[in-house]
Amino acid sequence: MTIDHILTLLLAVPAIGLLPLYVFRNDPRSVKQVAVVTTLFELLLSLVMLAQFHVGDAGFQLIEQADWLPSLGIRYLVGVDGISVLLVPMTTLLTFISVLYSSGGAIKDRIASFMAAFLILEIGMVGVFVSLDLFLFYVMFELMLVPMYLIIGIWGGPRRIYSTLKFVIFTLAGSLLMLVAIVAVWLASGDEGARTLSLPELLASRGRFSADFQFWVFLAFGLAFAIKLPMVPFHTWLPDAHVEAPTAGSIILAGVLLKAGGYGFLRFALPLFPVGTQLWLPVIIVLSVVAILYGAAVSTVQKDLKKLVAYSSVAHMGFVTLGIFVLNAQGGVGAVLQMLNHGFVTGALFLFVGIQYERTHRRLIADLGGLANRWPLYTTFFGIFVLASLGLPGLNGFVGEFLVLLGTFKFSGVPLGGLFWGPVAALGVILAAVYLLWMFQRVMYGPVREAYRALPDLSPIEVVCAVPLVVLTVLLGVFPQQAIAIIEPSLQQVLRLATDPGFQVAIK
Amino acid sequence: MIQNVWLIPAFPLAAFLIDGLFGRRWLHRWTGIIASSAVGLSAIVAIGVFLEVLGGQTRTTVNLYEWIGVGDFHSRVAALVDPLSSVMLLVVTVVSFLIFVYSNGYMEHDHGFHRFFTWLSLFVFAMLILVMADNYLLMFVGWEGVGLCSYLLIGFWFERPEPYVAAKKAFVMNRIGDWGYTIGMITTFLVFGSMQFTDVFEHVGIATQANLTLICVAFFFGATGKSAQLPLYSWLPDAMEGPTPVSALIHAATMVTAGVYLVARSMPLFAAAGPSLAVVGVVGAITAIFAATIALVQFDIKRVMAYSTVSQLGYMFLALGVGAPVAAIFHLATHAFFKALLFLGSGSVIHGLGGEQDMRKMGGLRRKLPVTYWTMLLAGGALAALPPLAGFWSKDEIVAAAFLGGYPVLWAVGILTAVLTAFYVTRAMWLTFHGEPRDHHLYDHAHESPAVMTLPLAALAVGTVVLGVAIGFPPETGFIHRFLGPVAQVEGIAEHAPEAATILVLAAISVAAGVLGILVGLSMYVRHRPDPAAVSRAAGPLYRVLVNKYFIDELYDRRIVEAFRAAFGAMWAFDVHVIDGLANRLGWLAATGGSSLRRAQTGIVGNYALTIVAGLLVILVVYGGYASGLFTR
Repeated sequence: MTIDHILTLLLAVPAIGLLPLYVFRNDPRSVKQVAVVTTLFELLLSLVMLAQFHVGDAGFQLIEQADWLPSLGIRYLVGVDGISVLLVPMTTLLTFISVLYSSGGAIKDRIASFMAAFLILEIGMVGVFVSLDLFLFYVMFELMLVPMYLIIGIWGGPRRIYSTLKFVIFTLAGSLLMLVAIVAVWLASGDEGARTLSLPELLASRGRFSADFQFWVFLAFGLAFAIKLPMVPFHTWLPDAHVEAPTAGSIILAGVLLKAGGYGFLRFALPLFPVGTQLWLPVIIVLSVVAILYGAAVSTVQKDLKKLVAYSSVAHMGFVTLGIFVLNAQGGVGAVLQMLNHGFVTGALFLFVGIQYERTHRRLIADLGGLANRWPLYTTFFGIFVLASLGLPGLNGFVGEFLVLLGTFKFSGVPLGGLFWGPVAALGVILAAVYLLWMFQRVMYGPVREAYRALPDLSPIEVVCAVPLVVLTVLLGVFPQQAIAIIEPSLQQVLRLATDPGFQVAIK
Repeated sequence: MIQNVWLIPAFPLAAFLIDGLFGRRWLHRWTGIIASSAVGLSAIVAIGVFLEVLGGQTRTTVNLYEWIGVGDFHSRVAALVDPLSSVMLLVVTVVSFLIFVYSNGYMEHDHGFHRFFTWLSLFVFAMLILVMADNYLLMFVGWEGVGLCSYLLIGFWFERPEPYVAAKKAFVMNRIGDWGYTIGMITTFLVFGSMQFTDVFEHVGIATQANLTLICVAFFFGATGKSAQLPLYSWLPDAMEGPTPVSALIHAATMVTAGVYLVARSMPLFAAAGPSLAVVGVVGAITAIFAATIALVQFDIKRVMAYSTVSQLGYMFLALGVGAPVAAIFHLATHAFFKALLFLGSGSVIHGLGGEQDMRKMGGLRRKLPVTYWTMLLAGGALAALPPLAGFWSKDEIVAAAFLGGYPVLWAVGILTAVLTAFYVTRAMWLTFHGEPRDHHLYDHAHESPAVMTLPLAALAVGTVVLGVAIGFPPETGFIHRFLGPVAQVEGIAEHAPEAATILVLAAISVAAGVLGILVGLSMYVRHRPDPAAVSRAAGPLYRVLVNKYFIDELYDRRIVEAFRAAFGAMWAFDVHVIDGLANRLGWLAATGGSSLRRAQTGIVGNYALTIVAGLLVILVVYGGYASGLFTR
């Protein structure tokens, strides 16, 4: 089955879904059905898109374009390559799961607005991963911000206003810098009348970007992505946002939104600014290793389940930036896999923390305990995700982390060398076992508490939400090669652009 | 049969899936039967594979599929079937099968019956992957997999705190070791461009001495975690919180030998790496005597066995270190049988006493548990290395190899440890089975275990008696040497071909050491000369050090863990107050700055006009200044 204009269709379906949502806005039952059906359809469509993708080609595929602001050289240009083509189905799956879970009773207030926010969010997220025009990318990048602002601010916990403002101000600060940088890139991209923001054309004219220019522009882009990821020391919005966000919001926040940062580095910053990459690389590598250790160390002393998972995300995303900036195939593929795996696994962890909270209304680890005996299904699923998150070989988390470590060991273009940073980063893997297993035993093990004795195990809807994630967790761990075959050619292409010897001369 | 080698792990994997998916709801007791039959089938295939290897197919690779391949890195899921792995397959499947059968009786009344067999099957699967793997990465899958199952099974009774605390301790200490394994594995790839054993070992020559030393030390650090050697040994005694069949299978016979297997497998690397082997030998010897001294004074029957396991694993590393890998694997095999038997026997005693593990409350049980007593007596004899029991042949080869390899100090440590070993096993046997019952209530209710438990004991006892003679006689040239010799034969290590007279003298000394230990033990516990209580009083501080296991647990669990916790807490405080504090202060600055500036917006037109005029003036001055060259130098 071949569907034309499939990427545009992917952007349109959630928008179309908004219409019936508005019509049935006063009937929660119909609202849920519309939202679930729309996101399910979107998920299936994204799988068709994946099937239409030709594995092995490095370039962009399924390209569509139309003039948008021709006088400025801005186009509607979308396409996917091996790096983005897996992130799209990941997004649609996590959105579907979030909507399905929320329709099961987790959200009671203003359900129509909630679902509408998710559909708009989905447009932004899919848009970020398919945009090949910097302006379009920027619009999509900001489009993700608004619904998430509302999701945390309206359906969040007691400190939701503080947290959502913090989230928005942090992200906005970064993306406004990016906007400035985009304007600068536009100005530098060509002479009057020939300027552009389309990625393919920018790549052709990137020779015009001087070393100084790249230094500053890379910094601006880098800050935007670093805040989104988030990298230490720009991470403090994340724990607050997660703690206050509703479960579905946390799933999307951790699962998809953070990936926009890592993806932005790979898609735009590396290929467009090879000199900037080289100049900033040592800083980013050191910060990545710091994130891995620091995020893990701080996770170990968290008292709140959601904060623990949030800080663990900081550590896991450290592997993403580390893998990207060691500039070799293993590191890069590992980073992309890590993004995918973190999406599924951490999304799942937040889902399960939410499921648990829904029943016990407790999120402090000290208030929990002994759940394993009452909830065998919950324990099994949660246990698998915990193990994947701590990088157990055979599950998906290991593959990405291992490849990133391998790439780091290999990399010598950083002070002290890969043989120093590699083993240091590997220490984070020990800490992951400490904080995750310690959390698991305090929450799940021990004597059953009277208050929790009567609470039910997973409901059918929750099982439906969890099963695809478990299946992917196992499949991507046991048979990762299929995914690697999709990612690798495009990643090699990005690396060729980022390490183009023609640009090396500019570095002192 | 070799082409079907993947059937061996496939059976336990299938049992794991069936028991895991359907056990709780539908299968109940059937889970035990399914799991046991699966492992039984694995054992049959393993015997077939072993016979074919014996028949001359000494190296076969059975490839399944490419697992991870990026750029110049490739790793696959493939099995290497050679004498070493076929022996391991045999030991793992046969011992597992017997312990599975036993567990059907031991775990009969436990409400987690299905869970137990689910995890135990997963363990066997992971262990088989570990020994079959043809590369370091796939081996690491098994390596971590057995660690996970160990975690799950130590914490099997998770409603009490001790088991799950011990479980986490085990996993984390293993992970610390795995850090070393990871470094060794990745460095191996960087140096050799491959993680496949055959590729690596054929090109040992291309590596520099420094590289090899790094790789070997890193791998050995991993081995100390998995095989409970100094400094990462202290999880193993705590692991006794798990059900006793788990202690027998995972924490005595199979998983803990993974480190020995890793070093034996990597012998070509270690042999070429100069000082690395000496490190292995010295750490092994120190661990052997260190753990043996702790075992002298323990009263929990399982703890005695646990420290004994640490000590015996030390012997195996000692053997590897003095360049006798065949002796190490030989001891691994015999130890798997007699130590599994000792644990299952202890389990039978504990089962018969309704859960009591304190030897001070036992005594005289030989009349109540005759089968357990006699089989354990054989295993104890093997542990004390009495001829002709299995332990004698393998342990004797190890200490002899130390002497012949030119390590007289290691040899002396080995002999001294043999005295201690014989003493503590005598003490444990006496306190448990002989003398007068010290707790009459327990004694009256004690009963022999059912046949499903005693038959595996008998089967293991047969192995304990015949295995040593069957594969280890005559010493240094027995079957195991002919079979494994070609694999273990690497440059830099000469197989010793000593004279018969030397062997006899060394064997005599070794036996004398065992007999001495037993005699001292009997004298103290039968005739109270000297009285154990008096000895412990006289030894005072030394005794306290031993009872408290050299205070290592205090050091690790209190001091080091506390220090880390404090450091991490400080980091969190830093995060909240400094990093986030800075962000919040920036926000506060913007807010207060904004509200102060708001005061400029007075709404009085006169004020605005004044500001406009002032601004104009400033611009004029600056512009004029620039134009007239006032500001340029």
